[in-house]
Amino acid sequence: MTTPAKPHAHAEIGHPVPMKVLAGTLAALLLLTVITVGATWVDFGAVANLWIALIIATIKAILVALFFMHLAYDRPFNAVVLAAALFFVLLFVCFTLMDTRAYQDDISAHRTAETTRSPP
Amino acid sequence: MNAQTGQPNHGHPPHLAHHFHTPGQQFQSAVFGMWLFLATEILLFGGLFCAYAVYRGNHPEVFVHAHHYLDRNLGAINTIILLISSFTMAAAVWAVQHGRQRMLVGMLVATLVCAGGFIGIKAVEYQHKWQHGLLWGKYYQPQQHDSPATTPAEEVPASAEPAAEVPAAAPAPTDDGPHETFRAPSPGPTGLVPPGPTTPEEHVQEAQNVRMFFSVYFGMTGLHGLHVIAGMIAIAWVLVGALQGRFSPAYFTPVPMVGLYWHVVDLIWIYLFPLFYLIH
Repeated sequence: MTTPAKPHAHAEIGHPVPMKVLAGTLAALLLLTVITVGATWVDFGAVANLWIALIIATIKAILVALFFMHLAYDRPFNAVVLAAALFFVLLFVCFTLMDTRAYQDDISAHRTAETTRSPP
Repeated sequence: MNAQTGQPNHGHPPHLAHHFHTPGQQFQSAVFGMWLFLATEILLFGGLFCAYAVYRGNHPEVFVHAHHYLDRNLGAINTIILLISSFTMAAAVWAVQHGRQRMLVGMLVATLVCAGGFIGIKAVEYQHKWQHGLLWGKYYQPQQHDSPATTPAEEVPASAEPAAEVPAAAPAPTDDGPHETFRAPSPGPTGLVPPGPTTPEEHVQEAQNVRMFFSVYFGMTGLHGLHVIAGMIAIAWVLVGALQGRFSPAYFTPVPMVGLYWHVVDLIWIYLFPLFYLIH
């Protein structure tokens, strides 16, 4: 273990997250859930509302990862694994979105050509 | 190679495998291995999130329209249930780390109850969509009572499919047919009351694409539901072990491992909830 062992019996296996922290995390998660539902009643514009929802979800995910999943107390290497997975998902989504946007003009042109060629 | 067989003077703690130096190192190895597995889970769902992003990016109006078919209250309740179950799972880990056997059992049972509640509510939602024909792909056949236009779709030419009990909602000869289907001559019984589009052609096109929303919806929530069920099996397994008294502050590795898995199930839902139920 990397941390200096405390005298009590099971200090060397894992790090118990204090119950206060766990309860506080749950309270914060529930509060954020209420906020994210409430935010949909306010119109910030479609894009802004999506980003607000995603940011709140990410805050919730970080809370879960840090405290419920012990990442705040774990060796940082476990967090690196998680961050790497998320990074590659992000790469995947971004490149795919770039690609699908690249053909949108062609698709639109094709559709208009189709409809003009054979009128209903 | 757990030396559990009554050899206390074997030279190492009874639960320590030979290829590890300390119980702490053994535990950290298990945690790391679990995180590697969770990374593959995140990548698995990443593909579906990618599909979601593409569909929503290309057809935002479909998602705005179709999410009205989802019950936001049930989604919010399920979110709260899953968050509470995540907390009880973390509390179970806390309990086993502090040697509180009864609390461990109680928290595991509470987690299982919450998971069962989540699945139950999800089943109600699925059943509702099944009854209304709001399914994936070519099975997307919304019921007529949702539709303002009650004209049957008999004018659809060359319907290759043997029509189901409901007349085909969208004139779709094939699943991924090209855009000729958008030239459908009539407004068509789209089964939808879209607030946005006004021209008949847009009606038909939206009905064509709404099925994608439900394909993604069932793909993502279905895979997530399977993970919930798998998590319930894992939690039940840990619960059996806890009832048998297999876990102690000296050895409890399966409890936090199952806990990590359960938290990832929660993490996925944290994103699924706003992405499907809270579209603005």
